[in-house]
This record gives sequence, structure tokens and C-alpha cells, in this order.
Amino acid sequence: MSTARSGRRAAPARLNWRIRLRRDRSLLLMTVPAVVLLLVFNYAPLFGLMTAFQDYDPLVGVWHSDWVGLDQFRQLFGDPLFWESMKNTLYLSFVQLILFFPVPIALALLLNSVLSERTRNVIQSVLYLPHFFSWVLAITVFQQMLGGAGVLNQLLRTHGAGTWDVMTDPHTFALLVTSQAVWKEAGWGIIVFLAALSAINNELYEAAAADGAGRLRRMWHVTLPGLRGVIVLLLVLRLGNALSVGFEQFLIQRVAVGHDASDVLDTFSFYYGIATGNYSYGAAAGLFKSVVSLLLIWGANRLAHAFGEDGLYRR
Amino acid sequence: MTNVLSLGRGNRRRPATTAVRRSARPARPPWQEPPTPVGQAAKGVTLGGAVALVLVPLWIIVVTSFSTAGAVNRAGGLVIWPDGLTTEAYREMLGSPTVLTALLVSLGITAVGTVVSMVVSILCGYGLSRPRSLGHRFILLLLVVTMFVGGGLIPTFLVVTGLGGYDQWWALILPSAVSVFNILVLRAFYSETSGELIDAARMDGAGDWRILWSVVLPTSRAVTAVVALFYGVGYWNSFFNVMLYLPTDSQKWPLQYVLLTYVNRGNGLPGSVNAGFGSTHAQTAPLSLQMAVVVLTLVPLVIVYPFVQKHLRTGVLTGAIKG
Repeated sequence: MSTARSGRRAAPARLNWRIRLRRDRSLLLMTVPAVVLLLVFNYAPLFGLMTAFQDYDPLVGVWHSDWVGLDQFRQLFGDPLFWESMKNTLYLSFVQLILFFPVPIALALLLNSVLSERTRNVIQSVLYLPHFFSWVLAITVFQQMLGGAGVLNQLLRTHGAGTWDVMTDPHTFALLVTSQAVWKEAGWGIIVFLAALSAINNELYEAAAADGAGRLRRMWHVTLPGLRGVIVLLLVLRLGNALSVGFEQFLIQRVAVGHDASDVLDTFSFYYGIATGNYSYGAAAGLFKSVVSLLLIWGANRLAHAFGEDGLYRR
Repeated sequence: MTNVLSLGRGNRRRPATTAVRRSARPARPPWQEPPTPVGQAAKGVTLGGAVALVLVPLWIIVVTSFSTAGAVNRAGGLVIWPDGLTTEAYREMLGSPTVLTALLVSLGITAVGTVVSMVVSILCGYGLSRPRSLGHRFILLLLVVTMFVGGGLIPTFLVVTGLGGYDQWWALILPSAVSVFNILVLRAFYSETSGELIDAARMDGAGDWRILWSVVLPTSRAVTAVVALFYGVGYWNSFFNVMLYLPTDSQKWPLQYVLLTYVNRGNGLPGSVNAGFGSTHAQTAPLSLQMAVVVLTLVPLVIVYPFVQKHLRTGVLTGAIKG
């Protein structure tokens, strides 16, 4: 047995599978718990998607519910609330892409130019922190700062100005949720860009400087090309997730700001699927979302390849 | 075996990342222009502002939670500068059965959940990390597919409730116990563990379980800490699963859900003297009590964060690059 074991590295791959099974049985056994959990909680729900083509009745279960074909989808596409939440999803996703995406890059560039390592470490530790807060906590913080009884309105009142409850104003909801996302996640987003920056060869900067390139030119010709791969990868991921914008975040604030402004596809399938007990309808909305998301990932990756980048996977 | 163990310890002192970090950029390189005062000021203001945006709200919340009812009244709400401090809000909060139960529930779920997740993930990460082992490519594919394709909210809900998870603690743990991303992080790290070290252990007659326990785990403490933090934070912060699976029985709610119900939605804490508004027995301002609950949800993070924070980079980047 010990020859088979130590032969794992040296021997060519063509070993009898029985011998390999004997040799690797502990390794296989180790993966069993994770695989079982994934089969039950990730793969079984894939089969549960067939409820989207049924009129699911919790009393009789998936196996005995009536099949209705595409009826749920027909109803869905005729539902103004569905299109409302589709519109909100795309709008909020777009605003976040434009306003959120550049922030970590800018912060990383600034931070990278700070020479003192101690200062950099302190700033990093503080900026990473909100990533570990829950959405409940982050929104509570915003409520205390910007809400009707919050610090902002305390200041406005003492200066005799009118009040403005940012937390319940549907008109500025997109800006509110984007600033929440920036507050919570932009600091964490720095980490990837800092790594990409530290991977840029310093000799490139030196050569550029010797050629007379100033700060801005060096940034344009050395720094940004060095970040290109990471930026494209993150854009692909962002685009693939365009339909899953801030589920928990909006769910918490739906009460305060109303569903007109805050319903997105995910909250739609929660409220009109689970909360009202119309499971098949919600599952249909969820399935629609998943299919479009996969198409988006695929499309974004094609785009990345067209620009000569790897994207999520190689060609 | 002792040979292997001592080798393992020698290997642990070689954390490449810290070495790189220490030696990175000792001073301004000669080709770089000296900074302009305006540029320096702009940089300072921006970075200082970003740090302040994180810290100032937390400061205000902490100060308010320690403020007397008088201080809160004088400030007309949240207290920015300390003006009469007391720990009354905390005493009252810990006297409230709602908060105490929720705290125990949260601690329990986080502890059990993190242990379950770590055991499952470490085993799977190591099981997939040995080159050319039987079937590892297929299992890896099985894992990665779930990152992109899923049943979604409602089918998952139906599976969990179909298995009897409604109103059960395990519904908060098992469905989210495995994070494929975290397994990939661990696997990437374990793949880097020196093959010679492992072969030496094998020569000494150690099996895979023994190697994982005595060679691989001791040389990868940083990544273990980071992944445990990710899982722990996930369990501590989760509230949506509670909304799905345990919405009715407030005795089973964890702290985040109490925070949402009683602080965010402003329903007051039942069982405390401030239950409901308009309480005349106002030794503590209701606001201070609410802010004390906010602070309570932060305490575990504040305790753990300093120990794990310096490893964060290592953990995230292995996952991001190799995964």
C-alpha cells in the first residue's frame, strides 16, 4: 500500500481505477459531507424549479400538483408589478455600477500612494470593517444618521432649516442605497485592486519616469493597464449579477420607502411567492431571473474576450 | 513523525505574504517626484474623510448608548459629545429576557454553524487538494457549478420546509453551511503545502487524515482563521433565513432579527421598562437602549477582528486569484 501511496506523484495517471480508489478513498470520504449538503440544498432545488410550470399546492406537494405549462410565465409577463420591479432592478443596478464601481479603484490608488506602511494598515483596517456588518446594522446606522430622528435632521432643526427624512424618500432611494453600498462594501473592494497594484513591476514606473512621463502619464500608461484584467473580471461578475442587486438591503427598507421604489426581482419573488403563498408564481419569477443572469454572464464574458481579456473563464 | 512535525513548524515561519509586505516600498523611490503640498492635502482629506465616515457614526452610536436620559434630551436625540455618561442602558438591556435570549441564540448558532462549516470545508478542501487523486475534477466541477446555477429562493425554501426545517434551528445552519468560495480558498492554500513535506509524512506511515491534522492544518493557520471569520460573520449577521424559516416564534430569534424588529422598526423592547413609548419611568432613554443593542451586535466582531485582520489579505487573494 505504501508503494501505491508514495507513487501518487511519480506514477503516470494511467493507474487502474481500483488501485486509485483504494489509494484515495480517504480523500473521497472527506468530500462526502460537503457534496451531500450541496446535493440536498443546491441541486435538489434545481429540480424544485419544476414548480414554476405547475400550480403548486403545498398540501399535495411537488409530485401531485397540477401542471400548467407556461401559464405562470404568461401571467408574470402580463403583471405590471413584475415589470415595475424589473425596471427598478435595472435602474438600481445601473446607478450602482456607475457610482459604486470607481470608488474602490480611486481609494486603492490613493492608499497605494501613501508611503507610511503603518498609516496604510490603519486606514485599511478601518475601511474593511463595515464589510463585516450585517445589512440590518448598516441600515440602522444610516437610519440614525439620516433618518427622521437622526443626526442630520437634528442639525437641520437646530439651524431652523426644514427636515428631510432621507430614509423614507422614494425619489432619492437609488442614491441612498448606493451610498449604503459604498459605505459598507467599497472599503472591502480595495483589497483586490491593492493586490493588482502591488503586482505591477516597479521598473515600469522607473522606465516611464526616465522617459519623462509625469504622474498622470504614468498612471495612464502603467497603472491603469496593470489594473485592466481585474477591472474587466469584476465588471463581468457585476454584469452577471446585475439582476441580483441588494436583496437583503431592499427587503429591510421596503417598509420605510414603499414597494414602488424598492421592489426588485428578488423581493418580488419573495413577496408574491412566499409571503402570499403563491409559490409557483414566485418560482417562475426566480427562474426567469436565473436564466437571464446566465445569459448576461455568458454575454459579458464574450465581451471580455472580444477585448482580449480572460474574463471569468478562458476561451 | 517528530521529524515531520518539526518540519511543519519550520514551514509555518515562512509566511511569504508578511515578508513581502514588510519589505514593500521602504521609502519614496528616487524616480518619483516629491509630493506637492496640494496633492498631499487632497489625499489626506479624502482618506481621512473615508475613515471618518466609518468611525464617526459608530462613535455617535456608542456615546448615545452610554448617555443619561438627560443628555439624550438635551441633544434632542443622538449624542455627539459625551455629556453625562451611564451604563444604565446596558444594565437594562441585559435585564431584558428578549435580548438575553437572542444573544444566546445568536452565539449558539454562530458557534455551532461555524464549527460545522469549518469541518465540512476543511475536509472537502483537503480532499480536493491532492494532485491526480481519483475523481477530484468531477467533484470540483460539481462544486463550482453551484456558484452560477441555483434553484433560487422558492425551490430552496420548499426543499428546506419539505425536510421539516420550518421553525427549526438547523434551517439557519445547514442550507448555508457550505460556501464553495471558502472551500476553493482552503483548497488553493492546501495545494501549496509542500509536496515533499506530505511525502515525508507518508513515508513515516501517516494516512491522509493524519497528514491533514498534523501537517497541513498547522501550516495554514492564517487561512483557517480568515475562513472561520467569514463563516462566523455570515452566521452572526444572517437575518433573512430567520425571516423565512422562523418568523413567528420570537423566542427563537437571533440578535439581528431583534435589532431589525425592535430598533430598526422602532417597536421598543418588550419586557423592559421602556416597552412601548411614553413610559414615565424614564431612567434610560429608549434611544440609548436601542443603541446599546446595536453595540451588542458589534461586540463579537470587535473582539475577533484585531486577531484576524492582518491575515485578511492572504485569505481573500488566494481565493480571488486561484479560485
